[in-house]
Amino acid sequence: MMNADTDSKTFFGFWVYLMSDCILFATLFATYAVLHKGTFGGPSGKELFNLPYALVETFLLLISSFTSGLAMMKIGPENKHRVLGWFFVTFLLGAGFVGMEINEFYHMIQEGNGPARSGFLTSFFTLVGTHGFHVSMGLIWMVIFMAQAFCQGLTPVILRRFVCLKLFWHFLDVVWIFIFTFVYLMGVLG
Amino acid sequence: MFGRLTLDAFKHDAIEYGAGVMMVLSLLAVIGLLTYLKKWKWIWEEWLTSLDPKRIGVMYVIVSFIMLFKGVTDAIMMRVQQMFAAGDVAGYLTAPHFQQIFTAHGTTMIFFVGMGVIFAIMNLILPLQIGARDVAFPFLNSLGFWFFTAGGSLMLISLIIGNFSGAGWVSYPPLSGIQYSPDVGVDYWIWSVQIAGVGSLFSGINFLVTIFTMRCPGMTFMKLPLLIWSILGSLVLIIFAFPILTATVGMLTLDRLLDMKFFTSDFGGNPMMYINLIWAWGHPEVYILILPAFGIFSEVVATYSSKRLFGYVSMVGSIIAITFLSFIVWLHHFFTMGAGASVNAFFGIMTMFIAIPTGVKVFNWIFTEFRGRVRFDSPMLWFMGFVIVFVTGGMTGMLLSIAPVDFQVHNSLFLIAHFHSMVIGGVLFGFFAGFTYWFPKFTGFKLNEKLGKLAAYLWIGGFLVAFMPLYILGLMGATRRLDHYDSSTGWQPLFIIAGIGGFIVSCGIAVQMWQLWVSFRDRKQNKDTTGDPWDGRTLEWSTTSPPPIYNFARIPVVHDIDAFWDRKNGKFPEQKKPYKPIHMPKSSSTGFIVGWLSFIVGFAATWHILWLGIAAVIGIFISLIVHLAEKEPEFEISVAEIETIEGHV
Repeated sequence: MMNADTDSKTFFGFWVYLMSDCILFATLFATYAVLHKGTFGGPSGKELFNLPYALVETFLLLISSFTSGLAMMKIGPENKHRVLGWFFVTFLLGAGFVGMEINEFYHMIQEGNGPARSGFLTSFFTLVGTHGFHVSMGLIWMVIFMAQAFCQGLTPVILRRFVCLKLFWHFLDVVWIFIFTFVYLMGVLG
Repeated sequence: MFGRLTLDAFKHDAIEYGAGVMMVLSLLAVIGLLTYLKKWKWIWEEWLTSLDPKRIGVMYVIVSFIMLFKGVTDAIMMRVQQMFAAGDVAGYLTAPHFQQIFTAHGTTMIFFVGMGVIFAIMNLILPLQIGARDVAFPFLNSLGFWFFTAGGSLMLISLIIGNFSGAGWVSYPPLSGIQYSPDVGVDYWIWSVQIAGVGSLFSGINFLVTIFTMRCPGMTFMKLPLLIWSILGSLVLIIFAFPILTATVGMLTLDRLLDMKFFTSDFGGNPMMYINLIWAWGHPEVYILILPAFGIFSEVVATYSSKRLFGYVSMVGSIIAITFLSFIVWLHHFFTMGAGASVNAFFGIMTMFIAIPTGVKVFNWIFTEFRGRVRFDSPMLWFMGFVIVFVTGGMTGMLLSIAPVDFQVHNSLFLIAHFHSMVIGGVLFGFFAGFTYWFPKFTGFKLNEKLGKLAAYLWIGGFLVAFMPLYILGLMGATRRLDHYDSSTGWQPLFIIAGIGGFIVSCGIAVQMWQLWVSFRDRKQNKDTTGDPWDGRTLEWSTTSPPPIYNFARIPVVHDIDAFWDRKNGKFPEQKKPYKPIHMPKSSSTGFIVGWLSFIVGFAATWHILWLGIAAVIGIFISLIVHLAEKEPEFEISVAEIETIEGHV
C-alpha cells in the first residue's frame, strides 16, 4: 500500500517535471524561430545540414526508445538479466546518437561555423545541444541505475526509477522529432 | 589558478567595506553564539538536515528576514541619496555603487524575500491545512530550500568579493552582455538567480504533487481552504514560468561565457528576444507572489470576522482566471518596444481584464466583513492597509495598461510607485498578516499585539508618505534609477518627503524587531495552550501549538469547507479511532551538501575557476548517487510514543 502510494506520487511528480522541461524546450524552440534567419552573412541551415546523417541519428534514438520499452516489458525480479541486457542495448544506441551529434558539432566548428558565428548558429547549437545534453544525462543516469540494479537486484525502488527513466527517454524522443522536423527538415527546405 | 579572482576583488569604497564588515561580524556572532551554547549538534540534526516541512518553513522565514533586512537597507540608501543628490550636490554614493544597489534591491526583494516568504507559508501551512503529515517529496523540499539559500548567499558574498551587477534586476541586454558589463557583477546575478530558480522549480513540483495526492479524506477540490487554492494557482505558474527563466538566463550565460549571439545587437542576435522572454517569466512571477498573499487574506478575514468567507466559488474562479490571464499580459512591461497598435491593444486589454477577478476578490473580502463579528487585531489592520494600498496600486496599474499613457510614464517613478503598491501592499502586508496570525501555531506563544498594531500603522503610514510622492514625481518626468538630478527640475521637496516616508517605514521595522523580543521575553504570559488562539476555522488550528512532528495523530476527515469550525460547533465530531504507527522521513544531509556545492559551482562560474567548478559538479553527482543508494529512509513512531506525545497515559 505504502509503495503503490509512493509510486503514484513519484510518477505524477516526474510527469510534472517533464512538462516543465517541455517549457524549457519550448523557450529554446521559440528562440530558434526568432533567430534562425539571423545568419549575418554566414551559412544557413540549407548549406549546413546533412539530412541523411540526421535521419540516422533519428533512427538510433527511436530504436533506443523501442529497446527501452522491451527492457520494461514483463518486468520482475526474476528477469534481471533480460532487463539489464535491453537497457545495455538502449545505452549503446543512445551513446551512438550522442557520438554522432558530437561529431556533427565538431565538424561544423572545424569549418568555422561555431555557435559564436551568428544568431542562427547560436540558437541551433543551443537547441540541439540542450537536447544532446539531456540525452547524455539520461545515459549517465542509466549507468547508475544499471549498477544499482546489478548490485541490489530489481527492488521496487529501482523499478520505480527505471519507469521514470523510460518516461524521460520517450520524452527526449518526442523533443527530437520536433527538432528533426523544425530544424533539419524545414532548414533544408530553406 | 583562481581565474579572474585577484586581490583587486577585495578593494572597495568605505561604504561597501562597512557593509561587508557588518556581514562578517554578524556571521561570526552567530557562529560564536552556537559554539558558546554548544548547539552545533542540535542545529545540524534538528534543523539543517531536517526534512520536516515545519522546520524548513521556519528556516525560510529566517533567511527571508535576513534578505529583507538587506533589501530594506538598499532601499533606504537609495532614498537618502535621492534626497540630497540634486544640483551641485553629488550625494554620498558613486554612480556605479548606486547601480549595484538598485539591482541588488530588486533581485533581493523578488527572489529572496518574495519567493522566500511564499515558500515559508507553503511549508508551514500547506500540509497542516490539507490534513497531511508531510509533503510528497521531503528530500526535494530540502534541496529546494538549500538551492534558495545558496543563491541568496552567492548574492551576499558579492558584497565582499568583487561586485554585484549594475544592470538592473532583470538584466536587459545588451547592457548585461559581455561587451558593456565585462566584470563579474552580471555573473553573480546570473548564478544566484539561476540556482535559486532551480530550487523554486523543485519546491513547486513538490507542493503541487502534495496538493494533488495528499489531501485528507473528504477534502475534495471545492472544499479546499482558499489559501490552498491560491497556492495551487501560484504553483501552476511556478511550473510554467520558471523553466522560461532558467532557459533565458542560461542563454544570457552562453552569450557571456562562450561569446554566443542570442542577445547581441549585431551578428543576427536580438536583444528584444530577451526582454520578451524574461517578462514571459517575470509577469507570472508577480502573480506567483501575490496569489498566496490573497490566500492569507482569505484566511485572516474569515477568521477575524467569525464568518465563512463570502463567495467561495467566485473566489476559486477568480484565482483560476488570474492564473490564466497572467500568462498573456507580459508585453505590457514594454509597450514602447514598438510592436504596433494591435499587439499593444491586445496586451493592454488583457491587462485590464485582470482587474475583474482581482476586484471580485477584494469585494468578497469586504462582504465577508459585512455583518460579521469583526475583531480588529493586527492581521486585520494589515488587511485594511492592503485594501487601501493595493487598490490605489491597481487603479494606477489600469492607467499604465493604456499603451498611450504608458508611453508617457514608461520607466518613470509612476511605475515604481505602482508596483511597490502591489508588492509591498500586497505580498509583504499579506505576509505580515499571516506571520502574526500563524506565529502562535509554530512557537506556542502570541506576538505582542500593542506593538504589532503600532508597527502596522507605521508601515502603512510610512508607505503612503514614501510612495505617493513618487506618483507625482513620475508625472513630472522623473525616471527610475537616477543617482542625481538637476535642481531646476523642482523634484527635491518631493524626494525629501519620500525619504521621510522611508524613515517612518524603518521605524516600523524597528518596532517589529522590538515586538519579537518583547513577545519572546513575555512568552509565558502570551502562551497559547489551546492550539486555537484566534477561534480559527481550518484544520491547522485543530492540532496543538506547536504541532507534533506528525501534525495529526489521527488523519482528519473533512465534510465541508471550514472543517475545524464545524467540528467545534458540534457538526461532524472527530471519531476517536485507535492510533496507528506513523512513518516519517529520516533527516538527510544531502540537500545541505548539494546546496552548498551548487554555491561553489556558481562562485567558480562567476570567477572562471574551472577546476573548482568541475570538482563541485562531481561532488554533486557523488552526493546524489550516495543518496539514491540509501536504504530505509523512514523511521517509525510507535503507538506508545504517540500516546505519550498526545498526553494520554
